[in-house]
Amino acid sequence: MFYREAGDFKTSYEDDSQTFPIKFDRLRYYAVLAVAFGIIPFIINDYWANAVFVPLMIYTIAAIGLNILTGYCGQVSLGTGGFMAVGAYASYKLMTSFPDVSILIHILLAGAVTAVVGVLFGLPSLRIKGFYLAVATLAAQFFLVWLFNKVPWFYNYSASGQITAPERTVLSIPVTGANTDAWAKYMVVLLFVTGCAWLARNLTRGSLGRSWMAIRDMDIAAEIIGVNPLKAKLSAFAISSFFIGVSGALFFSVYLGAAEVGEAFGIQKSFLILFMVIIGGLGSIFGSFAGAAFMVLMPVLMKNIFVGALGWPTDLAAHLEFMVIGGLIIVFLILEPHGLAQLWRIAKEKLRLWPFPH
Amino acid sequence: MNVMSPDSYVTADGRTIGGTLMEMKNITLRFGGVVAIKDISFDIREGEIRAIIGPNGAGKSSMLNVISGFYVPSDGDVWFDGAIRPKMRPYQVARQGIARTFQNIALFEGMSVLDNIMTGRLTKMKSNMLSQAIWWGKAQKEETEHREKVENIIDFLEIQTIRKTPVGNLPYGLKKRVELARALAAEPRLLLLDEPMAGMNVEEKEDMSRFILDVNDEFGTTIALIEHDMGVVMDLSDRVVVMDYGRKIGDGTPDEVRNDQKVIDAYLGVSHD
Repeated sequence: MFYREAGDFKTSYEDDSQTFPIKFDRLRYYAVLAVAFGIIPFIINDYWANAVFVPLMIYTIAAIGLNILTGYCGQVSLGTGGFMAVGAYASYKLMTSFPDVSILIHILLAGAVTAVVGVLFGLPSLRIKGFYLAVATLAAQFFLVWLFNKVPWFYNYSASGQITAPERTVLSIPVTGANTDAWAKYMVVLLFVTGCAWLARNLTRGSLGRSWMAIRDMDIAAEIIGVNPLKAKLSAFAISSFFIGVSGALFFSVYLGAAEVGEAFGIQKSFLILFMVIIGGLGSIFGSFAGAAFMVLMPVLMKNIFVGALGWPTDLAAHLEFMVIGGLIIVFLILEPHGLAQLWRIAKEKLRLWPFPH
Repeated sequence: MNVMSPDSYVTADGRTIGGTLMEMKNITLRFGGVVAIKDISFDIREGEIRAIIGPNGAGKSSMLNVISGFYVPSDGDVWFDGAIRPKMRPYQVARQGIARTFQNIALFEGMSVLDNIMTGRLTKMKSNMLSQAIWWGKAQKEETEHREKVENIIDFLEIQTIRKTPVGNLPYGLKKRVELARALAAEPRLLLLDEPMAGMNVEEKEDMSRFILDVNDEFGTTIALIEHDMGVVMDLSDRVVVMDYGRKIGDGTPDEVRNDQKVIDAYLGVSHD
């Protein structure tokens, strides 16, 4: 009854094109923000931060990044893990080289470095598309991991070949390193995920976003009506890589604290984030959240059910978890190829008319 | 009768036709050994409706692709607005003020009608990436300005009710209209229509013909169109180019073309005895 456009008259084009045109949606959005910023930080503990919220939000940033490239601009990429590694190593080098500069700036700069690398590896997209491009980006994945393993300068010649985040503070509260509180981690990541989602939404609603979608839907027609394919594709690679770089930097510095490139940023990571984007819904910011939530929360839920509630041995639970999640992914893709975002859209559409069917 | 002058004249229905807007000079287009267009010259004058007709495979669409910059002619020059057009990419041609629709609808299926038409205005939108990212200042202002222009076109083509519908869900006739809207959104000087009435029923054809005439009348847009429905072509156009097997076999007003023996032969076939 309250989920209606009726009676909510828009009198300007700004109002008409806002992100949440229905009042109830708008209020819900503010409520979610209020809970995320005002309540959760005070009640969060280590388990909820490390198992749920922090990885969920970091993966969301990466999923938003890949969604811009694949979902909005139609360029398939399997190099996400490699680009996250660039963000991680860039932030590590910046943190250790310029200890006086704020970590927040380092994370943004790591995103910028990744954007440059992303554009370089995006150059083949001007010539090739589809599966062939996927293979070209796969090369980026393997090359970057190899590079960070092979060149000791990247890990500051440490004996283990690992990178370890030194303690850095924001407003004299530690946000990286061993002494970090759960709520501090949570707040840093929340700030970034909110900012990234907001930026991504803005970029995809304007002329740049339309040029990406035009390239995705029909690249030849797009060029004939005036889209410069070079600019559209490379800007998608740059912005996508920026987000992925930021997420890689956060993943290493705030979440893991120490990382070894092949383990933390291997090909599995690329696939994981690609699954998130596909399950969540291509071409949807909400879908990035939903997909990340699905892939992060399902294993946690399974573990709690199998090991916690049923008391099964952990190895059996772990194997079963793989099978169930794999099965769920397949079922999902068959039933709703457009992902969770589409389910959400259909639900909203029905709700608008409820209790009437049409 | 028409009052003819070398530079401009007024048609029977009171429209002023100006000087030459586009001129094709000895255009030849080859694909390997196949000659799609052979040594064709014609002009398109400012404000007129110019039709290109011919049997299937005559090279009409190839000619339109040359005009829109998708094909680069093997020989010959394209003159636009009094200057020879250097070799350029299709999106640069679009920026010169040439917009087109496609024979097989080429809308962006994943976007709404409104977004599709807004995409047509990309050539006019200038705000930078940063301004768009924070959605403040120029980007937002520009979006509203262009939305207003797009809404005018939506009113003009009477598609208000579907503006937020995803294009993929629309019936064929409306898709054609949305595609016209997208091309018009660019405020083109020259509008190319590739079979705007293909596959339409009589009523839809009448609507589309009315829109084409209105566009020409209200915005003064020069139109070049390809169409197979002879009734429509003869009623709409000021001058007609007739092509057959990549050659030009006729050029003139609908009446002249209709009575041209070579054109009749090309369409009806001629006995070789």
